[in-house]
Formats: sequence, structure tokens, C-alpha cells
Amino acid sequence: MRTVITSTGSTLDSKMDKRFGRCSFFVVYDSETGSVEFVPNENAESVEGAGVASARLVATKGAEKVVSGEFGNKVKNIFDSLGVRLIMIKEDKTIEQIIELLKNNKE
Amino acid sequence: MPIIMPRPKLKRKMFNPPEFKGYRIIGESSNEHPVVLNLEEYESIRLSDHLLLGQVKAAIEMEISRSTFARIYENARRKIALAFVEGRPIVFEGGKVYFDSSWYECKSCKCLFNHLEKQNPVGGCSLCGSKKIIIYNENSNNINR
Repeated sequence: MRTVITSTGSTLDSKMDKRFGRCSFFVVYDSETGSVEFVPNENAESVEGAGVASARLVATKGAEKVVSGEFGNKVKNIFDSLGVRLIMIKEDKTIEQIIELLKNNKE
Repeated sequence: MPIIMPRPKLKRKMFNPPEFKGYRIIGESSNEHPVVLNLEEYESIRLSDHLLLGQVKAAIEMEISRSTFARIYENARRKIALAFVEGRPIVFEGGKVYFDSSWYECKSCKCLFNHLEKQNPVGGCSLCGSKKIIIYNENSNNINR
């Protein structure tokens, strides 16, 4: 199962980016293969529609869960329609720490 | 320089939206980008292909001209065909989509997560799997979130 995490940087010790649509990087973690892919966010500089474009990217990666700090309402609706689950983390956590939590999750 | 705005859309008669959000394909999919059917397009299929009204009757039902109905119906059919052939999900815009999911708080990892399928019980935290979860109340006075 694939999970997308928004990140401030391109390494495992980078902090999660609290923004979804304008985050610096998207991290795609595949719990079956253990692979971690860092994708730079091309929508970060968009004047508008960054959230919707980012949601589309998540969909093309086939993710079932998305982890970030906050999601706009348009984005929440899109993910609701797609059946993608959202997770919001309010504290500072690194990508590595978040992946650890996901690894131990049997759900 | 003044911005030229398109002619405002004529407000359509409101009708019952579909009871569900859309369709996803069974099994692996290479293209998750959904095809979005708007409510008019859904209604055109309902009136024409389900109720078997002709274009004239359907257009009267929707209080639009026959040519407008034909255009909307053609768009709907093409979108559905596209979704079929490209194996993409179909999503109904503006159906029972808004704020449908309920939110929970995990006492273990402190995250907030949503639960989509109301009919299934929540198992555990979407992030860490812990069962120490409570319903998230936005108005609570808990400052230690």
C-alpha cells in the first residue's frame, strides 16, 4: 500500500511539510516493497490550483493514504471522492519517523 | 484593459444527485486520474438512458433547449466511454461529497485522521494502527492536541 507524505526536503531526516498543495517534496512510501521515492513538487509556485494539481499527482501515484499538516476543503472533497484517507500531523516529525509509524501499522 | 467574462451559465433546475460518489475500477489501475461527471451530465444519462425519455422530453424535464440537452448528453457519453476505455475512476461532482468523512484523533501518535466508509467501523489509527482513538471534536477545549 502506498502512502504519500509531504516533505520540506529530499532526505529521510527532512521534516514533514505542513502544507499539502505547496509542499517542497512529495514522498511516496510503498509498504510492500519498502521503497521511498522523493518527488519535487512542481505546483509549489502555481498562482492557484496547487492543491488540486497535487491531489491529482497523489492519485496517479496510486496512494491510499496522504500525510500532511493540513488540507484545504477542495482537496478534502477530492480525496473523499477517491476514497483516499487523510492524516494530519500537528507536531514536527521527520519523514523517517512517519515511515516508522506506518511500518508498525498492521491496518 | 477590462477582463472579458464569459456569459454567465443559466441556472439549471435542481434535481436529485446520485446517492453515491462514483466508481473505481476493480483491481490494479495505471491511471487513477478520475473522470468527473457533473450533475447535469449525470441527469442527462438518467433521463435518456434509464428513463428512456427522448431528447425532447428530457430537455423539457431539465428546462433547457433540446440542443443544449444534446450537447450535455454527448459530453456525458464521451466521458463515460473515456473512463471505460482508459480504466479510470468516474466521480460525480457535487454529489454527497462534502464533509462526508468523520475525523478521529489518535492518542498514541497524536495525529488526526479521517474515516470514509461510514458503514464500516473504524479499526485503528490510519498512521500507527493504535486502537487508542477518539472522535475528534473541533470545539473541544483540549489545548494539548
